[in-house]
Amino acid sequence: MTLEAVLVVAAALFAVGLYGALSQQVVVMVMMGLELMINAVLLAAAGFWWFLAPDPSGQVLMLVVLAAMTVEMAMGFAVATLLHRRGQTDMTDMAQELSQ
Amino acid sequence: MVIGIAFWVLAGVAVAAGAAVFVVDSMARATYALAVSFIAVGLQILLLQQSYLGLITILMMVMEMAVMAVYMVMFMGMNPALMPMDMTHGKKTAIGASVGVFVLLAGGALLIPWPTRRGGPPEDLTHALGLEIMGEKMLVMAVVGPVMVATIVAGVVLAAHRTRYDRLGDDLRRRPADDPQSGGVGR
Repeated sequence: MTLEAVLVVAAALFAVGLYGALSQQVVVMVMMGLELMINAVLLAAAGFWWFLAPDPSGQVLMLVVLAAMTVEMAMGFAVATLLHRRGQTDMTDMAQELSQ
Repeated sequence: MVIGIAFWVLAGVAVAAGAAVFVVDSMARATYALAVSFIAVGLQILLLQQSYLGLITILMMVMEMAVMAVYMVMFMGMNPALMPMDMTHGKKTAIGASVGVFVLLAGGALLIPWPTRRGGPPEDLTHALGLEIMGEKMLVMAVVGPVMVATIVAGVVLAAHRTRYDRLGDDLRRRPADDPQSGGVGR
């Protein structure tokens, strides 16, 4: 187990998540892609921490990444609920007014 | 040696389960696949000696996937496992972008001459992290706290069916309130 190995695995997870975030139409599936990407960032951060500078202060940054993941999920669910209530839809293509 | 083998097995499980999320037909299976991927990553973080973060990653993700499964059932108008259909767009662009990003990131990871490790981890890492959060890095966590509260408020405002602004108008001065069914004392 090396830093390079951890980073390559994180890159693979990030790429899979990016594919999901770009290609899926269902809002919850897009969120799944984003979650995979943030999870990859978390794994890469864990690798950097362990192999480069295992100081406790680095772990605080990882807690912030976890918090960002939580915020993304909570707001994503809230927007999905709003979309479903207003437009009876869960598809991104039918929610293009969000980009305006 | 054993840790190396465990890492690569978990890596394979994490990436394969992550890819399965966007391949399987059933939304429930997609949710389970994502949970498996997250648990594998959490176990990898545990292998990197970060017991606290690895454990809360696993616990948080399992709970999150449970919530996500409920959302899937609530919002999916049909069951794709029974009625398969393609719910993707721009697939070729997405594949191209993700392959390009992987090549870029993996290339960087393999080609960059990373510095050697500085120092070692403290003996009781969780204790040290607790001291860090409540000591020097308290400002960071003091900022994260209000962000979480703001998220709760914004989430409720977005998701609530009817709020006081729907009942009483933007200036909260509308009397009587606009309710679907009138009622209450004095009405």
